[in-house]
Amino acid sequence: MNNKLHLSDHLVLLAGVFFMVTPVLLTFITSTHDAITIYREGVQFLPGDQFLQNYETVLFRAGGFTKEVDGFVMLKNSLILGLGFAIGKIVISMLAAYAIVYFRFPFASLCFWVIFSTLLLPLEVRILPSYEIVQSLGMVNTYSGLIVPLIASATGTFFFRQFFLSVPDELLEAARIDGAGPWKFFKDILVPLSKTMIAAIFIIMFVYGWNQYLWPTLMTTDESLFTLVRGIKQIMQVWVGSQIPAFNEAMALAILAMLPPVIVVIVFQSWFVKGLVESDK
Amino acid sequence: MRQSAVHLSGALMKKVQFQSRTVPFLLLLPQLAIVTIFFLWPAAEAVQSSFYLEDPFGFGATFVGMDNFTDTLTSSDYGRVARFTGVFTFFVTFLSLGIALLLAVKADKVLRGASSYKTLLMWVYAVAPPVAGLIGVLLFDQHVGPITEFFALLGWDMQIGVSFFDTSFAMTVTAVWKQVPVNFIFFLSGLQGISKSVQEAASIDCRSGFRRFWTVTFPLLAPTGFFLLIINITYAFFDTFGIIDVVLKGEPGNNPVTLVYKVYLDGFRGNDLGGSSAQSVILMLLVFILTVIQFRLIERRVHYT
Amino acid sequence: MATITLDTVRKVYAGNVEAVKGVSIDIADGEFIVLVGPSGCGKSTLLRMVAGLEDITTGEVKIGDRLVNNVDPADRDIAMVFQNYALYPHMSVYNNLAYGLKNRGMAKDEIDRRVKEAAGILEIGNFLDRRPRQLSGGQRQRVAMGRAIVREPAAFLFDEPLSNLDAKLRVQMRVEIKRLQRSLGTTSVYVTHDQLEAMTLADRLVVLNGGVIEQIGSPISVYDKPASTFVASFIGSPAMNLLPVTVRDGGLALTNGSGLSGKNANGADSYTVGVRPEHFEVVETASADAAVTADVTVNVLEPVGAESFLYASFGEGGPEIVVRVSSHAQYQPGQKLVLQAMPEDVHFFDADTGKRID
Repeated sequence: MNNKLHLSDHLVLLAGVFFMVTPVLLTFITSTHDAITIYREGVQFLPGDQFLQNYETVLFRAGGFTKEVDGFVMLKNSLILGLGFAIGKIVISMLAAYAIVYFRFPFASLCFWVIFSTLLLPLEVRILPSYEIVQSLGMVNTYSGLIVPLIASATGTFFFRQFFLSVPDELLEAARIDGAGPWKFFKDILVPLSKTMIAAIFIIMFVYGWNQYLWPTLMTTDESLFTLVRGIKQIMQVWVGSQIPAFNEAMALAILAMLPPVIVVIVFQSWFVKGLVESDK
Repeated sequence: MRQSAVHLSGALMKKVQFQSRTVPFLLLLPQLAIVTIFFLWPAAEAVQSSFYLEDPFGFGATFVGMDNFTDTLTSSDYGRVARFTGVFTFFVTFLSLGIALLLAVKADKVLRGASSYKTLLMWVYAVAPPVAGLIGVLLFDQHVGPITEFFALLGWDMQIGVSFFDTSFAMTVTAVWKQVPVNFIFFLSGLQGISKSVQEAASIDCRSGFRRFWTVTFPLLAPTGFFLLIINITYAFFDTFGIIDVVLKGEPGNNPVTLVYKVYLDGFRGNDLGGSSAQSVILMLLVFILTVIQFRLIERRVHYT
Repeated sequence: MATITLDTVRKVYAGNVEAVKGVSIDIADGEFIVLVGPSGCGKSTLLRMVAGLEDITTGEVKIGDRLVNNVDPADRDIAMVFQNYALYPHMSVYNNLAYGLKNRGMAKDEIDRRVKEAAGILEIGNFLDRRPRQLSGGQRQRVAMGRAIVREPAAFLFDEPLSNLDAKLRVQMRVEIKRLQRSLGTTSVYVTHDQLEAMTLADRLVVLNGGVIEQIGSPISVYDKPASTFVASFIGSPAMNLLPVTVRDGGLALTNGSGLSGKNANGADSYTVGVRPEHFEVVETASADAAVTADVTVNVLEPVGAESFLYASFGEGGPEIVVRVSSHAQYQPGQKLVLQAMPEDVHFFDADTGKRID
């Protein structure tokens, strides 16, 4: 291996980093200027002096893109959606996967196929009937209407099933000789063993829940339930027909909407990568 | 999480299991309830209403057989959208896979700064599609966007939201940008999964690094590649919804939309329940076929390793 | 402490695969029984049926006087040591030992006493706070043993517990298991495919093949009087030389080839004759008392240190035999030799069934 070869490798990688990072960097820089400057001079390449003011406006003042809520409330709602979805999904899918892997019972394969058939149909293709059913159940503009239908897909169950199948059989046998029943085995052995897996799937599910767009758009018409990502749609509706689009505040909202999941992914990078890659094996 | 695929090979059951009739059903109850109410029921409704013509004012529905399907499939509008979806999917898949593969191969090679590169190249995974769309809107904006300014220098006057081609271009670039990280992560982990001794054997057998890549590394990566191909097609179909919606600012007009976006448009804006349902069912079939292919490929992938 | 009784135990898996075909064994209190056989012979299945980890298709398993066919593994008063140890990876060594006792609702100080005592016996007292992954293979093996000991069970069940260790450690642990079992006096059933391990550990060997018992007996009696050609070739290393012979002119001759002669001991027309490698003697001329004499050509001499193995064959295309010789013996490939074996060292087996003929 000579140095020249390495230099070209680094150049390619740097170009890749430029392609991936610059758009977000420009988004951030834009969020630190005032709207007039951007409108007059185009997107800026150096940070401006409106950082505090723009973020304060977006976080704590209602009446920009949304009429009643500020960014802070949306942040809270995003957190509820992300956490509620991730936790709900993990709990429900761990229980289901435990039943499927560790129990012999009638209709086991039927249950298995019913649950795993959900992998075949993404929410987007059954969006209208899903909306109507949730509406008929009176769950529009509720947190449960926002979260529970998203849990219907069996990805988490599938993931835990794969993991449980990889746990050596002898552990269950040793536990049975040690007098552990189904509940004790789950609580004392399986859940502690799955810790890393739970962390990995939690990160992926949190990001997935936080980033939901179409479903919250349909489910929440009440602004007090808007998430940050849902709020993005509001920007577009305010902009149609406006003279000077408030790019600065829009981009501040975008930065706020991406910051928590990005931080989670970067901080827990190794778990996240493991979760993503392992779940497909 | 469409990344997860149906993988049914290997041991389906444990050698030793608990025997109980009630406990497993109690454990399964929450999942089964949610699946039944929010998945099976709506899916059944979609199939059913695809055979009915709904009165726009909500006064009942009439059975029309396959009419919704024939209407959908023969309409020129649907053909146009289907064609765009195909082209869009092709470019998004091809470009995001290609860029990610290139970056993964390089990231696997360098020693210095490898983990920094890795982090910098993958964190965009966490950016929501509509947020990516918003960034695209900024960068491609007709008045302030630096990309538009750059192309103006080359004599291309971009008009996002007006020109069909320019809008498609902006959507594709944004969608590729958003998808590179996932592919990068999978390719890199695939590359790192190739055993060192195989690579060393190859470097003894073959001097040219380029040839070595195409004859040894690439075939060994092929299973990951096939798998990602399906993942990317599903991404381009479904997960780009947020990008498209934001780039179009909710006003499709004559602009490019994908099949999934059209389901949403016809169902929620156009109030064409039967037509939208028929489109849903067509998409269901498509996803089903993709999943079957994916299942087959994964089976093969397992034998490969 | 207890006896274990297996009465015509059968195991049939789905798809009518019969893994164990009616096995009966009476295991005395305090006895060390080794189930040995090639992989797939049903030895592990048999052990797991005793443990309660596999259902018993038909037949009865009794521990002490109690029929345990439908008793939960935890209630059978047994302890098991697994091949991969099956230690709980997220628990400390202490908790690995204590977990089963806690589940029985034993008092804390009694648990502590037992764990400390077992740790003392096995010399793992310094590792009690560590996790299994921080231990070496040998230490894990000790923890697995400790988990069995603290239960103070009626019987120990071992499922190939040494096969994940390297050769040196395996010998060391083998000696230790034997000593431990002697001092505790606990009835033990031990499964292995390693005949040497089986010989050294067992009070009685149970040789299994294809789900049936080929022979039960003390290691020496099994070695000296193998009940079948299968046992003869499975127990002992290098394996017993088995030669198909035919009766010709009142004497024995190789069925395929020449160079062997011997006395006809029974009335049949053909046999399989077995001679262990150490029972062939290199001589100038065969003695009149010899039961079998062989004219062979040396193929190769394999020194292993304390002794050497001589591989030789009966002419072109004839069968090859192995002979245990002194490590100082010098033989050249191609050299012609005369071998003899005395009557008490020659085994006869039925040519068709492979059963021993006395």
